[in-house]
Formats: sequence, C-alpha cells, structure tokens
Amino acid sequence: MEKDFSEIFQSKIDEELKIEPKDWMPEKYRQTLIRQISQHAHSEIVGMLPEGNWISRAPSLRRKAILLAKVQDEAGHGLYLYSAAETLGITRDEMYEQLHSGKAKYSSIFNYPTLSWADIGAIGWLVDGAAIMNQVPLCRSSYGPYARAMVRICKEESFHQRQGFEILLTLSKGTEAQKRMAQDAINRWWWPSVMMFGPKDDESPNTIQSMQWKIKRFTNDELRQKFIDVCAEQVKVLGLALPDPDLKWNEERKHYDFGKINWEEFWQVVQGNGPCNKQRLEARKKAWEEGAWVREAAVAYAEKRKQKESLHAA
Amino acid sequence: MSNTEWPLWEVFIRSKQGLDHKHAGSLHAADAQMAIENARDVYTRRMEGVSIWVVESKYIHASNPTEAGELYDPANDKAYRHPTFYNLPDEVKHM
Repeated sequence: MEKDFSEIFQSKIDEELKIEPKDWMPEKYRQTLIRQISQHAHSEIVGMLPEGNWISRAPSLRRKAILLAKVQDEAGHGLYLYSAAETLGITRDEMYEQLHSGKAKYSSIFNYPTLSWADIGAIGWLVDGAAIMNQVPLCRSSYGPYARAMVRICKEESFHQRQGFEILLTLSKGTEAQKRMAQDAINRWWWPSVMMFGPKDDESPNTIQSMQWKIKRFTNDELRQKFIDVCAEQVKVLGLALPDPDLKWNEERKHYDFGKINWEEFWQVVQGNGPCNKQRLEARKKAWEEGAWVREAAVAYAEKRKQKESLHAA
Repeated sequence: MSNTEWPLWEVFIRSKQGLDHKHAGSLHAADAQMAIENARDVYTRRMEGVSIWVVESKYIHASNPTEAGELYDPANDKAYRHPTFYNLPDEVKHM
C-alpha cells in the first residue's frame, strides 16, 4: 500500500503536478520541507536585524522610507513562509522554539555585521541578489504552499536588489571616500554571498533526493556560477571590483572562473562562531520573551470581548 | 507557552471592485479584528486589495483528496455540458 502511494506521489511530481497539504507524502519529504521552509522563514526574520541597524541612520528620508519598506517586506516574507511550513503539521511556536534553541538554522550571511551605510547597498545587491537566484526556481517547487509563497516573495524581492544597487551606484559616483566605502562593503560581503549557495555539490548529500522531489531545481554549484557570472558584469557598471584576483572570463566554459572559497570560514559561521551569531539569536530571544505579555494580553482581550458579545446576544 | 498561541486564520482578498475574494494565505491573530489588521500589513502592502475576509482556519471544511476520483466522477462523462460538444454547420453565425 505504502509503495502504491509513493509511486503515485512520484509520478505526480514527474508530471509537474503540485503536492498539497492533505495529499499523501513520504515522511522524509515532509521533514525535509519543514526544515527547508522554516530555515528560510527564520532567515527572513533574522535578516531584518542587520538592516534594521541602519534605519535610524539612513542618509536621507527617501533612503529611510525605502529601508523601512524593505525590512517590513522581510517580516512579511517570514510570515508567508512560516504559514507554508505550518501546513506540514509543525506549529509556529515549535518553529520559534527550534530557532531559539539553535536546533534550526538560518542563513549564515546574517551573522556578519553591517559596519557602514554602504553595507545596506551591498546587502541589497549581493545578498538579495543571491537570494533571488536561489528563490526564483523555488517558485516551481513541487509543494504548492511553498511555491505560492515564493511567487509572492520573488515579486517583492526584486525592488530589494535594485535599491541596493542604486545605493552603491550613487556612492560610486560620489567622493573618493564614498567610493572607498562602497568598495569596502563589496569586499566584505562578496565571499559570504558566494557561500550563500551552500556547500559544493559533492559535499551536499541531500541534493539528489531534493532534485528528484523537485524541491530543489538546480544544484548549489550551478546557481553559484550563475550568480558570479551576473555579478562580474554588473560590478563593471559600478566601476568597482569584486575581491577575487582569480575572477576571469573563461571563453571555453563560457563562464567566469573564480578563486577558492574559504569553506573553513563557512562551517565556522554555520556552527555558531561567526561575528554576530550570538547577538542575532539573543535579539530574537529577547523579542520573543519581552513580547510574551503582549501575546497574553491580546488573548485575554479577545476572550473578554467574546464573553461580552455572547452576553449581548443573550 | 503554547497555550497562548494565537489561532490561525485564512485570509481572502478582493483585489479589485467587481472581482471575487481569493485565498491569499494565512496568519495568526488573537481575534477577527486583529486578523484583518494583520492581513492588511502582511498581504496588501502594495495595494493588492480593496476588501479582506478572514475566517478561522478550524472552520474550513475541505474535501478529501484521496476521494477526488469518486467525488468528481459524476461530471466526468458529460462532455455534452460543453458547447464544443455540438457540431453545427459553419453557416450558423452568432451562436
């Protein structure tokens, strides 16, 4: 019986039919998706922290309004994704608990600090650029609620990348000091952004299964190469440089060759030893704990109002 | 902790006057009013709606996907319910 179900399941996926919450699915598919979607949701939420750092110090009202809107979008994206994960049978509180206990991960990129205003530009261009590269194929994920959330997210995300590029472009046309600031931000954000696509294909054991289930459409290395190719061209418009002496167009491959990635650093940050891991988690836990009274008060108020209404009705 | 988890609501949005409400997603809120306000912030940040419906998810009843075959079977062999079923000569206009 189980075998029949799993055959029907895989044949639906092969035919590009979506799997919906009440459909039968293998337990491993469910668990993999819960991990993937909740990790993605946590990344959106934690991702608000490095950018939130600059809202009060944005250089103009225009920039401040844009950054506020962007951070608000990240909150929205987190919420779409938490809802999608909940359709798989995990509760919102369980997901928060996994984030706060360190059991669930979020994208390591957010464990780096935002040291100057130019970092907001670099995050938009590079970090959101890499995220979009990852996310566009997820709009075709085999799991319906995730795919629908991703469609919405991708639509909203493209302004994020453009505003970031615009910040860097403005700085690159400014004074020498502004130009240096932009270059410095790119120098610090480039390699962590390249690492956002995850380990190399031969060290990513779940890739084959995830591709078969169509919850992953391209491998980490394929997406990484695509990202590097695009950025290597875009950086020319800025008149700045990517911090990789080995970056070179390879006419034979029709791709850019690039230098060695520091995987030691990647794993260190994943394991909690990045510059801001502790600070980020503590900010999330603090927000959760200090918001407890609000959650309780809202429930109490709703309860009281319901009682009043039923009194009126009687 | 978990006993204060706000209930889940399904959100339906009318994108424009004259169209029907369409499922947009879900969210948590303590009551209906908060659900509508949260829905505005979560699902209509770019003028995606002119009207919002919310309903607590526990009140939604859904058909069972494993019974889809039997459920829709009665309509399966009635092609004559579609206009294309009928062969009419080309001379017949406006029909």
